[in-house]
Amino acid sequence: MRTQTKISDFIIKIFIWLFTLIAVGALILIVGFVLIKGLPYISWNFIVSPDTGILPMIVTTLIIIPLTLIIAAPIGICSAIYLVEYARPGKIVNLIRFATESLAGIPSIIYGLFGYVFFCLTLGFNYSILSGSLTLSIMVLPTIIRTTEEAIKTVPNSYREGSLALGATKLTTIFKIILPSSISGILTAIILSIGRIVGETAAVIFTLGTVTDMPKNLMSSGRTLATHMYNLAREGTNENAAFATAAVLIIVVALINLSARSVAGQFQKKLHSKK
Amino acid sequence: MNKAYDYKIVAKDVNLFYGDAQALKNLNISIDENKVTALIGPSGCGKSSFLKCLNRMNDLVEIAKIEGTFTLDGINIYNDFDVVELRKKVGMVFQSPNPFPMSIYDNIAYGPRIHGIKNKKALDEIVEKSLINSALWEEVKDRLKKNALGLSGGQQQRLCIARVLAVEPEVVLMDEPTSALDPISTLKIEDLMYELAKKYTIIIVTHNMQQAVRISDKTAFFLLGEIVEYDNTDTIFDMPKDKRTEDYITGRFG
Repeated sequence: MRTQTKISDFIIKIFIWLFTLIAVGALILIVGFVLIKGLPYISWNFIVSPDTGILPMIVTTLIIIPLTLIIAAPIGICSAIYLVEYARPGKIVNLIRFATESLAGIPSIIYGLFGYVFFCLTLGFNYSILSGSLTLSIMVLPTIIRTTEEAIKTVPNSYREGSLALGATKLTTIFKIILPSSISGILTAIILSIGRIVGETAAVIFTLGTVTDMPKNLMSSGRTLATHMYNLAREGTNENAAFATAAVLIIVVALINLSARSVAGQFQKKLHSKK
Repeated sequence: MNKAYDYKIVAKDVNLFYGDAQALKNLNISIDENKVTALIGPSGCGKSSFLKCLNRMNDLVEIAKIEGTFTLDGINIYNDFDVVELRKKVGMVFQSPNPFPMSIYDNIAYGPRIHGIKNKKALDEIVEKSLINSALWEEVKDRLKKNALGLSGGQQQRLCIARVLAVEPEVVLMDEPTSALDPISTLKIEDLMYELAKKYTIIIVTHNMQQAVRISDKTAFFLLGEIVEYDNTDTIFDMPKDKRTEDYITGRFG
């Protein structure tokens, strides 16, 4: 009996290690492959050259990320607060949850078509950063709501009780105790959203456009790095440029994630030992 | 000191329901000011529920329904009192210490800050005074900025007491405050309560009868949602009038 248990333990351990290796390996493979094929072709010229430089695409991407988040984050976080702190279990809450879950499952091309018809045509924004951001913010809303909700739920009830017993209102309790305690979860939500925003092509092509100009304002059309990669790959003539763009994309995302985490770390430190 | 009213808190003809279950039955009690009143009785007999009525924490429970009146200084707690003002005047210390995930200083300054005190010097004074009054100052005065969660259980509970004192209440409710603590911390906090009673009205729920004997002036014995007997602590424990009280005290049940 004992020998069999030891053997099965061992086998399971092997499998766990194997699968972990596959998962990590896949990540390293993809990132490594892209960087190896792309880094050699990144040059100052590659970025700033007037006709083929990818600077406009970098700028467009860097504008659309915060713009989308500024729209989606407050709505998402407030929705999560409502769902956890205020809503009473019932038909309405179930409806909201159902809507949120469904939104998460809609393919991005449908978002693109919707965004085109509603924001570009009906509201008259045309191909623009505004249309793109609005469409993307609907896309990332479910992620933000769900992740923030989970974070808020993990805040112990004893904190709420302690705060209310001191004479705080529910709103004060939410903003002074609950949200600060959930900050790392909220940040996770934001980082996940950034990943989604940056990787989007279908939704963006139909709402932001594909023009390679440097954007001038919110109503300018433009092209994101992901769209640019799609174009290059589709044209098939410049594989090196495609990989170089991909490499830039990965680096941009990595930098954003790292700075987001460090901001979170600073905030946590401030929270736990202020002044 | 209120000369206009004889008792600090009065509960009259109170019935408390959680949904269909009745937690308090025809409850009547008058709590003296500046005394320590202990609520004893077996588990689930309404002591904590009663306590939670006094600072309206039962408002948080959807299915809770209250009949009867509670008054503080003669004013109806439910009808004529702003709940925020009430909770400033009636503070609560919970069974398990629940410091906020922030520094010791910020924990204590939390109450005053939300009630409008912004001046740093004023806050510093309040923090120091509250920590002195909860017998914690000497132990933490050099690490006010450290996270409160790093304190021991007994220290955390004294921090929670300091936190309540910082908003300058008149009544302090304590729901089994030492049940989760070691004997030494328990004794420290019991000594504290004796001091606190000079300034505040203390109502404490306790399962520990020896504790009730040690620290309280008056004791109420709760059984199945009713107050069976309410009298001076000495009387309750030496010459109980009701047989049920006597049975509980001598350990025949509970």
